Parts: sequence; structure tokens; C-alpha cells
Amino acid sequence: MECLIGIRFNDYVLLAADTVDARSIVVMNHDEEKFCKVSDQVMMAVCGEAGHTDNFSEYIQKNVKLYKMRYTYELSPQATAHFTRRTMAEYLRSSTPYNCNLIVGGYDNVGNKAELFFIDYLASISELPYCAHGYGGYFVLSTMDAHYKPDLPLEEGIKLLKLCIQEIGKRFLVNLPLYKVKLINKDGIQDLPTIQGADLVKYQVRPIGGDASAAPMEIGRA
Amino acid sequence: MARRYDTRTTIFSPEGRLYQVEYAMEAIGHAGTCLGILAADGIILAAEKKNTNVLLDDENAFSDKIYKLHDDMVCSVAGITSDANVLTNHLRLMAQRYLLRYGEPMPCEQLVTLLCDVKQAYTQYGGKRPFGVSILYMGWDKHYGFQLYQSDPSGNYGGWKATCIGNNSNAAISMLKQEYKEVVTLEEAKALVVKILSKTLDTAKLSPEKLEIATLTREKDRTKMTSLKQGEIQALINEHDRLEKEEEARKKREAESKVAGSS
Repeated sequence: MECLIGIRFNDYVLLAADTVDARSIVVMNHDEEKFCKVSDQVMMAVCGEAGHTDNFSEYIQKNVKLYKMRYTYELSPQATAHFTRRTMAEYLRSSTPYNCNLIVGGYDNVGNKAELFFIDYLASISELPYCAHGYGGYFVLSTMDAHYKPDLPLEEGIKLLKLCIQEIGKRFLVNLPLYKVKLINKDGIQDLPTIQGADLVKYQVRPIGGDASAAPMEIGRA
Repeated sequence: MARRYDTRTTIFSPEGRLYQVEYAMEAIGHAGTCLGILAADGIILAAEKKNTNVLLDDENAFSDKIYKLHDDMVCSVAGITSDANVLTNHLRLMAQRYLLRYGEPMPCEQLVTLLCDVKQAYTQYGGKRPFGVSILYMGWDKHYGFQLYQSDPSGNYGGWKATCIGNNSNAAISMLKQEYKEVVTLEEAKALVVKILSKTLDTAKLSPEKLEIATLTREKDRTKMTSLKQGEIQALINEHDRLEKEEEARKKREAESKVAGSS
């Protein structure tokens, strides 16, 4: 039910994650943080089994920190993603596998490029221009197929992300009202304003018994 | 005096020395010379082959002194060859483990450090003899570019612009100090290698059969290792001999003109 979205452009990456923490059919928290800052240049969005997500992302985060302490330079986003996948694969074949899905976004300061990696709970990895975890992916990917361009400037990129979130709000059965957004570029990681999924959707309802040709009423969902 | 404290590797002598480790270093002093020079556009390693026997069937062996460790690193060894084989195997394994873990080639210094941990362990844990091997490593990584390292049996290591291990290494190092300029090209480094080896090796005349030379360069975002062919080494030696003769002739002329002037 959760939704993580990642989009990579030429010199920055956008990561978005919904903020819903749900048990069964009950929402426990509307303000859940699904991001984990791995290093100055790498951010991870995590979803999946509660507890697994925190444990696994923290394990990766601390190992990447240890690497920096030992060798002074940081692990590149590509190496971080590879290490994450490898660790996930090792746990998958143990008696205590982690059940979580991740999107790793980062900016490589040595190679000077933005990178985005999609990793799932079966420890598969792909380097992609855009990706999504959860049911949201069904709606997001088609939107991105139509509108994504690698050279979009930041404002346009955020617009595209909003378009995706709007599509989820309109077509997805489950209510995911809020999305936290992170920007990763050469200057590091920044918080962007939270996107309110519901605000973007305008519902159109025809009045009962009304004239079929009459203009539909617009009802906003607050 | 020494006998009481060198039966085991792990015991200090009263002066605070580890004799077995020092003996291991001594063993390297008798091994074939290895020379490395860092240039702006690459690195060069040269090694002296000690046992050149006409009966030795080494047609299939690529080399016995210079080993490729992974895509971006090459090393040359001085010391007990069988010990060196064990260590190069270690090095290759560690490099591949890193690649498996991070999907990137291992940075040079990390590999050197990790091997030195192994070497150090053999000077501390009981019942073991230290590895009688010094190693010169040349490599490239994205963090620091071209690098040259040297490690010894005690587990010490350091990064160098130019250095030498093995037989007569002290003489070679003091020559390097005189001759090394801050910015050298690989071609200049090649000439320098031959010049220094010709003066420090025991043999009266350099021959390509006794030398192994390898270089490391970057081409199209890849590290390229090149082993110089016998013909190429011979050409370097010939060029060196020519310059040497010119220099001698020049000196002779100068001396003669001085004599002529004074008389």
C-alpha cells in the first residue's frame, strides 16, 4: 500500500515517500519518515515490513559511516547501492531475511552525475531514470513514460512529481494524503516542501437527475 | 646474545628489536631489485630477474616478478618467491572480495593496508615466521589517481614518488633522490629506470632477458597494464648506452680542452 517514488534528472534526483504507517486497515501514523540519510550524498527511501525497514536501513547507514571513518573518502552512490543489494541478498539466504524495498538516490561527486537505484526485497537492483515501489507504481510509471525528460530543471521536475502524485490520488483506492520530498544534488541533500496528494485532485460529480449536458460540479477534497 | 631472542618471531630482544623480522628484511636485500617510478601520465615498475638459466622453460609463464592484482593494480615482489606467491594470492582474493561487495575496483591504499595487516599478524602471533617479501604496488584509483606503494615484512607500508626494494636498493634510492624531478612523463621515467638499474645491478651490462618492465596508464577511462617486450627493453638499453657514450665523449673533450688550455 505504501508508495516510494524516485526520479533521476541530469544533475539532481528527487525522492518522494508517502507518510502513512498502517497496520492492517488502520492508519497508525500520518507523519512517518521513510527516508534514511546514508551519507552526505546518498539518500535511501525504504518501505516494507515495519521494523525491518528501520533495522536494515540503519545497518547500511552505519556501515557506510564506518567506511568513511576508516578511509576518509565516502562510498560512491553506485557502491552504496551495490553494497546494499549484496547485504540484502546475504540476509535473504539466511534464517532472518529482511523484507523491505528501497530506492537509493545519490549524487556522485567524483564522476559528477546523479544516480538512482531500485532495489526490492528479493535483492534485485536496477539503475533507472525513474521508478516506484508499491501500488503507486502502476500509475506513476505511465505518467513518467509520457512526461519524463532527463534535462528538466528543478521546478519542472517537481511539477512532474506532483503530476505523478496527483495520478495516484485520483486512481488509487487507498488514501495516501502526504508525500515527503527530498532533493539530492551536488550540494548534498535538501528537504523540499511536503506535497499534499489530495489537494491536487479535483473531483467532478454530476448533479443527480440533472441534465446530462450540464457542466459537472467541481468538488475539491480537502 | 641474539640467539636467545630470535628463536621465536614474537619475542622482543632487550634492545626492543624483533630479530626474525629484521632477518626477513635482510633476506630481501639479496633478492632481485625492483624499482618503481611515479610519472604524471602513468607509473612504471621494473624488476630484475635473478635466475636466468638457458634450460629454464619459462616460455609459457608471463612473468615471475610482476603480477597483475586486479584491473587497476599491479605489483612486483622482492624476496622469497614461494612466500610471494602466497601473498599475491591473498591480494587477488581481497581485491575480488571488495569488487563483489561494492561493485567497484578496490582503492589502492585499502588493498595495501589489508595485506599489511596479514604481514603484521605474522610478526605477532606465535609459531609463525614472517613473510620474507617486500612488495612494490602500482595502481590507479578514482580518489587519488596513480599511486606507488611499498610494503615490507614487518607490515609497514608507505606511498612513494619513486622507490626501490631488493638488492642494492639503497644505492638506487639515493640515485633516485638526485635524478627524480617533480614532473616526469612516462617516457622520461622509462629512461630513468634503465639508467638507474644499469648503475645499480651487479651485472656489468644490462640485458633484456634479465629485466621485466611493466607500465600502467589510463586509456578511455580504463587502466591499461603494458608489459614491455624484449625488443622494447633492448631499445631502451640501446638509447641509454648511446646517451652514456655521448656523455663520456663530451667529458673527454672537456678534459682535453682543459689540458690543452693549461699547457
